[in-house]
Amino acid sequence: MKTKYLIIGNSVAGVYCIEAIREVDKRGKITVVSDENIINYSRPLISYYLGGRVTKEEMAFRDEEFYRENEVQLILNRKAVRILVEENRIELSGGEEIEFEKLLISSGGEPILPPIEGIEKVKEGVFTFTRLEEVDRLIDYIQANKIEEVTVLGAGLIGLKCTEGLLERGLRVNIIELADRILANTFDQEASRILENALGRKNCRVRKEDTIVRVEEKKGKIDKVILRSGETIPTRLLVIAVGVRPNLGVVKGTSIKCNRGVLVNDFMQTNIKNIYAAGDMTEAKDFLLQRKSVLAIWPTAARQGKIAGYNMAGKKKKYNGLFIMNSVELVGVPTISFGITNPPDPENFEILARKNEGENYYRKIVLKDNRIVGAIFMGKIERAGIFSGLIRDRLDVSSFKDDLLSDDFGLLVLPAEYRKHMVRGEGFTE
Amino acid sequence: MGDKKINKPRRIIIREEYCMGCRLCEVWCIVAHSKSKDIIKAYKGQEPRPVSGIYFEERGAISFTLQCRHCEDAPCLEACLTGAMYRDKKTGMVLHNKDKCVGCWMCIMACPYGVIKPDFKEKKVASKCDLCIEREFPACVEHCPNEAIILVNKKGERIDKE
Amino acid sequence: MAIPKKLREFDVVRDDEKCIRCEVCCRMCANDVHSYDAETDKVSADSAKCVGCHFCEDVCPTEALVIKRNKSQIKRNANWKNDALGNIIKQANTGGVVLIGMGNDRPIRDYFGHIVLNASQVTNPSIDPLREPMELKTFIGSKPDRIELVEKKSKIKNTTEIPPQLELETPVLFTAMSFGSISLNACKSLAKAACDFGTYWNTGEGGLHKDLYPYAHRCIVQVASGRFGVDREYLKKGAAIEIKIGQGAKPGIGGHLPGEKVSAEISSTRMIPEGTDALSPAPHHDIYSIEDLRQLIFALKEATDYKKPVGVKIAAVHNVAPIASGIVRAGADFVVIDGIRGGTGAAPQIIRDNVGIPIELAVAAVDQRLREEGIRHRASLIAAGGIKSSGDVVKAVALGADAVYIGTAALVALGCHLCQRCYTGKCNWGIATQDPYLTKRLNPEIGAKRAYNLLRGWSLEIKEMLGGMGINAIESLRGNKEQLRGVGLHEKELELLGIKHAGEAW
Repeated sequence: MKTKYLIIGNSVAGVYCIEAIREVDKRGKITVVSDENIINYSRPLISYYLGGRVTKEEMAFRDEEFYRENEVQLILNRKAVRILVEENRIELSGGEEIEFEKLLISSGGEPILPPIEGIEKVKEGVFTFTRLEEVDRLIDYIQANKIEEVTVLGAGLIGLKCTEGLLERGLRVNIIELADRILANTFDQEASRILENALGRKNCRVRKEDTIVRVEEKKGKIDKVILRSGETIPTRLLVIAVGVRPNLGVVKGTSIKCNRGVLVNDFMQTNIKNIYAAGDMTEAKDFLLQRKSVLAIWPTAARQGKIAGYNMAGKKKKYNGLFIMNSVELVGVPTISFGITNPPDPENFEILARKNEGENYYRKIVLKDNRIVGAIFMGKIERAGIFSGLIRDRLDVSSFKDDLLSDDFGLLVLPAEYRKHMVRGEGFTE
Repeated sequence: MGDKKINKPRRIIIREEYCMGCRLCEVWCIVAHSKSKDIIKAYKGQEPRPVSGIYFEERGAISFTLQCRHCEDAPCLEACLTGAMYRDKKTGMVLHNKDKCVGCWMCIMACPYGVIKPDFKEKKVASKCDLCIEREFPACVEHCPNEAIILVNKKGERIDKE
Repeated sequence: MAIPKKLREFDVVRDDEKCIRCEVCCRMCANDVHSYDAETDKVSADSAKCVGCHFCEDVCPTEALVIKRNKSQIKRNANWKNDALGNIIKQANTGGVVLIGMGNDRPIRDYFGHIVLNASQVTNPSIDPLREPMELKTFIGSKPDRIELVEKKSKIKNTTEIPPQLELETPVLFTAMSFGSISLNACKSLAKAACDFGTYWNTGEGGLHKDLYPYAHRCIVQVASGRFGVDREYLKKGAAIEIKIGQGAKPGIGGHLPGEKVSAEISSTRMIPEGTDALSPAPHHDIYSIEDLRQLIFALKEATDYKKPVGVKIAAVHNVAPIASGIVRAGADFVVIDGIRGGTGAAPQIIRDNVGIPIELAVAAVDQRLREEGIRHRASLIAAGGIKSSGDVVKAVALGADAVYIGTAALVALGCHLCQRCYTGKCNWGIATQDPYLTKRLNPEIGAKRAYNLLRGWSLEIKEMLGGMGINAIESLRGNKEQLRGVGLHEKELELLGIKHAGEAW
């Protein structure tokens, strides 16, 4: 089979790639290969699905009409197993071969499985939390085995979102986290404490600075987990969520250069001219860190997919880099965070913070050279997005530093010259 | 109001030097998005009062309103997990489908103007200016007593209500 | 003893059914009249603080408010009318001078209201201004004594030397209202309207703010007794210069800008300390005789190379006619007479209400006197002081003026409702204030359009009236007292005005 544009992966990067290509090239054949069995779904919503807040149909962020309108050939249930770079061809798991002119690799991430003693003996009851069909199996398992309590290893974004879904189902949850705080990538001690308290009020217990060293099974189903601290927790369902890493299976053994992820330039090209990459498995320019990094978040994948699409279709567009940002609401506490929120060397940064006890309200701003490089908003998240603009524009905030944490923070505390264009209504352009 | 719906791209411009801080724009935004479109009924009647798509900021003598800019490169579109935020093909405006929204607040995180309001009770985005797509002329522009809010076309030329 | 309060002047009436608790009135009132109580969910008004400016009434989205007058009244008393009682209470409280804004509001004789115009019937046909040329254009400046023509090769050349003139598209100008007494946005509105329409505006005592430079080519710069902002640049920028000796609202005393209105910008434009009262001295301290005035007039002409008209503004007082004659002989290119109804940003109420004479009598007297002396052509006459309609304009011109200045009328066009509290600096309309929170309410784009509309509406009406009289040029109406008749005026008044009584033919 031949196609002009071939996309491996049917998630957000792939979808935005399709949109960008079609803006420029209305006719060129687009083929998408997905190893899942569903036309379209938003992966971050699987925790909402677990919690019963959305149905499978409601999880789609583009409908069937989208693929039809854009004349996309969607191949489901097929994994791309090999890329033959010199021959511009890929091999699929079913044996099929597809020839391409331009290729986008957006195979996303895969869960990290830490070595745990005895895990190979467990046949049932251990799950990761990244794919929809996995969640379906998880739900079936819960119902079939009348599970009432779950152990979740890892209090990162995935572990916590999974926890929320489980709590919404009425289950009790034990979280085991290696770091000294939950959501360690984003939170500091204070933010972690607030959320731990909120979780504690909701049938969830958090054990920090600990990990699972051994598991035991009974009749092939998981029965206990033993922690490094020595504690034993009877567990009939274990979710492992210690992190994801770029899914590089399809590029292994090819001449495509990788580091932690597939390396791409500012046009989303790999070192092979007609092969592009976007999304959770790429290592691209990071705006804040001023080097390349893997930025596995939705908006980045969308932007990268879009830029890749433009470039693949012949319209040159540069990727200016994004920075880490997260929005997550757990047990009723909304949190939005940006950039460097917990520098390992705080003495080199200026940190402003404010918290209101009893209100789950916490705000923290991290500055370097009078420029915002990170922020946490907990509890009150209105206007938080303004900070994304301040970080991006590298605005010198010394003239209004005192106002950064004020209740009426808004565009009006910004210098008149800077906000004039924003207030006037020019709109955001890259 | 009539049947004439807008089908050409247009944008709202705020001139903060003329904003009196009266907040009548908010009042009329609420009326325009209410069920009855009648100001007394919208405020005192039985129908649920909609949230205005306007953020009002004031400090001392400086005041202005902010609405969704319907940006050409809208960051909220790329941040939306569910496709609730979408761009209307005819007018180019960024619109929000409440039914699809799950209240993940990614758009609030992404919007550099901070003009999207969360509704924590309903777990959805409460409001976002839709540039009065159902009306001939945006309500806030029509009712600003000091012409601090004006409407312009794609070229930046002012559009006045006939 | 119980200290008496000033009698409440207004009652704020709110229709609670229509009140939607939007709190716009609470936010907008500079006098803090309205307030919202969240506990009772009601908006209430402290009517004692209401000054009757009507801003809340106009801005209420459901028209739930009506401002009514005279809720609290004393026993009927023909002697103790108006503010007499209230002012004594004020003075017993403070021991100070009672200030007031705008013009005399007493029921002294409204001469304009007692004068009627002629119209052509049969003997002399009317002119339709929509179909035939109608000239409102007039020129302010000294006219030469005679015309000089030179014949050269059977062609006649006009070699008359014409002194500098201001060319007006309509016989209405905006009078002197200083930046300080009114906001910069108000100044911008009037300046832009004047430039767009083809007439002139006046800086008043406030100096010329740099934001007004684009409009300076149609500006009359004022040299008042305080000499605020007067330097060479100032004189060079204006189109004409006006020496202010007095004004109708407060003849005999100088200008007054209360400290509340001296903001940082006023302070820098006028070059006085912020927050201090700006009091102009009563006389110019270099004009103590008519010869001194002549000297100043010519000093200003020298400084501007004789390229700009230099005029003098005086208040209409008892001896206005001989004074005006002296001013003309002193070399003024135009004389401005400001009658007792003239407005101001701040004046002692006792002076505003008691000093000066009506402009109608003053203009008639001055015009008559100058004609008798054969010097009427040497200076243009501009009448000012309470001109409130195009009818007044036509009558003023017929009584002898070349053109009129409007002040109050222009501010009413911008939103003023004559609450007369200009001196407090809390003008809700953004006109008579320097408070940035209030001044932004006056959008100069809208203000300029409204002032322009006023000029346009009046000009069309003047053309109609002229056409009705069978006259096709405003200059043919100047001093044309035959077009006027008095109604209900007695012998002496008719004599002073120089007009017949209605019913009398030619």
